[in-house]
This record gives sequence, structure tokens and C-alpha cells, in this order.
Amino acid sequence: MSVASRPDMALPADPDSGVVVDVRGAGKTYPDGTRALAPVHLAVSSREFVTLLGPSGCGKSTLLKMVAGLLPPSDGEVRLWREVQSAVTQAPGAAGRKLAFVFQDATLMPWSRVRGNVRLPLDLAGVARGDADRRVDDALALVGLQGFDRHYPRQLSGGMQMRASIARALVMEPNLLLLDEPFGALDEITRTRLDADILDLWWRRSLTVIFVTHSIYEAVFLSTRVVVMAARPGRVLREVLIDEPFPRSEAFRVSQKFLSCCKELSELLAEAAASGGADPLAGTPT
Amino acid sequence: MSTRNGRDHVLRVVAPLAIGVTVLLAWHIWVRVFDIPQYIVPSPLLVVQTLVADWDILSASLLITLKVTFLAFFSAVIVGTLVAFLFVQSRLIELSLFPYAVLLQVTPIVAIAPLIIIWVKNPDAALTLCATIVAIFPVISNTTIGLRSVDPGLLNLFRMNRATRAQILFRLRIPSALPYFFGGLRIASGLSLIGAVVAEFVAGTGGAAAGLAYQILIAGFQLNIPRLFAALILITVAGVILFLLMVWLSKLALGNWHESELTDRS
Repeated sequence: MSVASRPDMALPADPDSGVVVDVRGAGKTYPDGTRALAPVHLAVSSREFVTLLGPSGCGKSTLLKMVAGLLPPSDGEVRLWREVQSAVTQAPGAAGRKLAFVFQDATLMPWSRVRGNVRLPLDLAGVARGDADRRVDDALALVGLQGFDRHYPRQLSGGMQMRASIARALVMEPNLLLLDEPFGALDEITRTRLDADILDLWWRRSLTVIFVTHSIYEAVFLSTRVVVMAARPGRVLREVLIDEPFPRSEAFRVSQKFLSCCKELSELLAEAAASGGADPLAGTPT
Repeated sequence: MSTRNGRDHVLRVVAPLAIGVTVLLAWHIWVRVFDIPQYIVPSPLLVVQTLVADWDILSASLLITLKVTFLAFFSAVIVGTLVAFLFVQSRLIELSLFPYAVLLQVTPIVAIAPLIIIWVKNPDAALTLCATIVAIFPVISNTTIGLRSVDPGLLNLFRMNRATRAQILFRLRIPSALPYFFGGLRIASGLSLIGAVVAEFVAGTGGAAAGLAYQILIAGFQLNIPRLFAALILITVAGVILFLLMVWLSKLALGNWHESELTDRS
């Protein structure tokens, strides 16, 4: 699933092209026997925008957390830049091999101003104050939060808090950006705008992105590839390529191609939900 | 909205003041009309006159009581916070020691104060120890809860950024604990005053120190009820000032960010 096989996407040439994330049969079973995710195989190449789409309980967040190293897999392994995940997180910040994670909530420190929150990863890494402040300014400009650096998180709207959270992820200049339903709590209008901004960032900063969502429209608009997942047990159903060049405009949202992609994905999800009826657990209320 | 806020502020001061004045007036009239002897209930005017007349004795006693109160409060805060830090270091330490902290809390101080006064030779130290025991529990339990109630998302973020144990403690756990800590301080400030007074009562007139509780005891023996009331008022006022001091401190520390201290609720 390399970028080179899709010349129509016209992505910029990448010297370190190749597989960034390699999930090799990684699955998660909790000690009490609950199977959160059946073993998954997934390879994400450099500069791809991959969306994990599925209903609650399909293990999409679990998969993302395993990629981030926040959750150890109980089967298989996750490799980042051809190294086992745990080894990658141990070795601090080799250039070109940084990952950042954006949580479901903004997860900002309420006692710290926006500047302090965005600077946190730099502070923890011991970056000098002046250099850090300059990088914070850059990150805030990228997400359109210039002039809000002296605000406390509570003084910002939900959408702006999310922007601060994204700025904090970008401040370390990551190559791999993982987003776990980042705009799930926001209204439709704000979400649409932030989606467009994330896409723009991905394009301009040559990022590799894995994005978790339960919104079909969001998945189709953003992704180069959608990984459709199903619940009980959490598993990968199929991968769907979204064959639309970048940069994508708002016109794409109302195009025939957009609608047919949405239709294909929603049929896949409905089919999975129906076949889940054969599962003895599916019938019992949870 | 601003006028409504202003009216709210005025009401906040005027309403309790009106109640206070009414009660004082009713008290004064009742004492005068029924000619209640001053060794049963003195009139409020007499209490104030006594407070002024006996100010030298009473203020000296107030200072002694306040000294014990502050010593107890500071030692409760320091020791309580240290214990809380110890508790969050390991589950085993907390599980083995927490029941004893509770034991300390539920044992009435009047029951153990005589023992402490016998064991500890220095009367000031004995009184301070009693008051500390009374005040320490809210500091321990609040600070422990605070140090533990860290946003799991933020903890994940710190871990992903390879934060050291010390970085997590100073940049995450301590700021997260502050609102709980100040809640503990508020309770502890009142309790250390109560502890100081109760301990002094138990130590009785035999104690070398002559705090406000001593004045109340002596005044009771001598049926000098106006002075008893005056001492009582001083204790109450000291307690209120202590509480307001804690409210101010907590506002100073949390005013910018914590929900409990926000005035412009948006």
C-alpha cells in the first residue's frame, strides 16, 4: 500500500519513504479474558493519512494506543520505523522519528496558560527557554492561536482548546501524528473547520497520520485510506482507498464520488453489524 | 448583570448584619426588661465594656491561644503533607498506615489529652501536640486524594514524553493536588483553634499557660460571666479571621484557574 502505487495523489517525494507503522498481528486480550481486539495486520507508509473507522467497541482506540505505546499488545507486535515500539519510545527523539498523540479531550493543564501547555513537551525534554518559546510561537501560528498564548484553557472554546492540544503535539515537530477521535466532542461546524485544518497541516508538514473516528463523512473527507473495523470482537473488516487527489476542497464534500464512498463504507459497517448477530454475545444487552 | 451582581454583594453584607443587629437588640432588651442578673446572662453592652476593660488580660490570653493554634496548624500542614507524600509513594505504605490515621481522627482528643499532658513535660508542646492531632487528618486525607486525582490523559501525555518521576511530581501531581490541599487547610485551620482551646480546657487551671480557655474556666469559677462571654467572642472572631485567611490564600493560589475560585462564571 505504498504511495508510489497511486501516482494520481501526487505526494511530494519522500527520502525516507517506506513503512512507518507496521502492526504485525497485534491484538489485545485483557487478563479477565475480554478480547478488545483480534490480531490486526496493518502497514502505514510514510505520508499516508489513514483513518480507523468503526463503531464503539471495535478496538480502534485500542489499536491506536498500541501504536503509541500507551498500551502493550497481548499478541503480536507493533513496529515503528522498523523497530519494536517499546524500543522506539526508549530512544529519545532521533530526528525524523518522532510521534505525537492527540487525545479525545484537549487534556490541557488547567493551571497553566496556553503557552505553558504547548511548551510542556519541550520543557520535559529540557529544551532551552528561548528556543522553546520560538517553537511554541510557530506551533500556535500553525493552528491559528496566535495572541491566545496568555489565556488559560478555561477561557477558550472547545474548538480552541483542541487547537491548543494539536499545537502541543506539533511543537515537537513529529513525523507521525496519532489522533484519537480528536473532534468527537465538538459541534459539526467546528469539526468541519478543524478537519480541513488537520488536512492542511498533514499536507504542508509532510506528516504521516493515523486518525480514529466514528464519523463516515470525516473518514472519507480526510483519508487516503480507511480501515473499516467492527465490534465483538474488535477486528479489521476491510481497507478502502479514497481515490481523490489533494488538496481536497469543500466541493469534494458534495461530490458524487464522496457520496459513493460514504455509501460503500456505511454498507460495510451495516453488514458487519448484521453479521455480528451470529455472535452469541451480540444478542445480549451490554 | 453588573447591577445585579452589585446588589448581590450588598445583600451578602447587609442581610447577615441585619440579623446580627436584631439578635443583639433583642438580647439587650430581654436582659433589661426581665432584669436578668449579669452572672446568668450579661447584656451585650456589658460584654463589650468588659472586653475593653479587661483587654490587657484577654489579649495576652488570646496571644497564647493563637500561638498554640498557629504552631499546631503549621505542624499539621507540614507533617500531614509529608505523610500524604509518603502515602502516594506506595500502595503498601498507604494501606498499612491509613487505618492508624483514621484511628487518630476518631479518638476524641479530650480522652487522650490528659495522657499527652502527663507524658509531655513542656505544657506548650503538649497543647500544640493535642491541637495538631485534631487538625492533621483533613490535611492528610485531602492531600492524598489530591495527589492521586491526576487526569489520566495528562499522565499518559507525560509518560509519552518520557517525563521523569520528579517531573511528574512537580509539574503534574502537585498542581493537581492544590485545590484539595487548600480544602484541607480550611478545615485544619478551624480544627487547630478548636484543638488548642479543648486541650487547654483539659490541661485546666493547672497549666502554666493562661490562654483563652483558661480565662473561660476561671471566669466560670468566679461567676464573672461578662468576661466569659468576652473570651468566647475573641475565640469566635479568631476562628472567623483564620478561616477568611485560608479563603484568601486559596484564592491567591487557585484564583486564575480552579472552578471553585472563579467569579466570572461563563
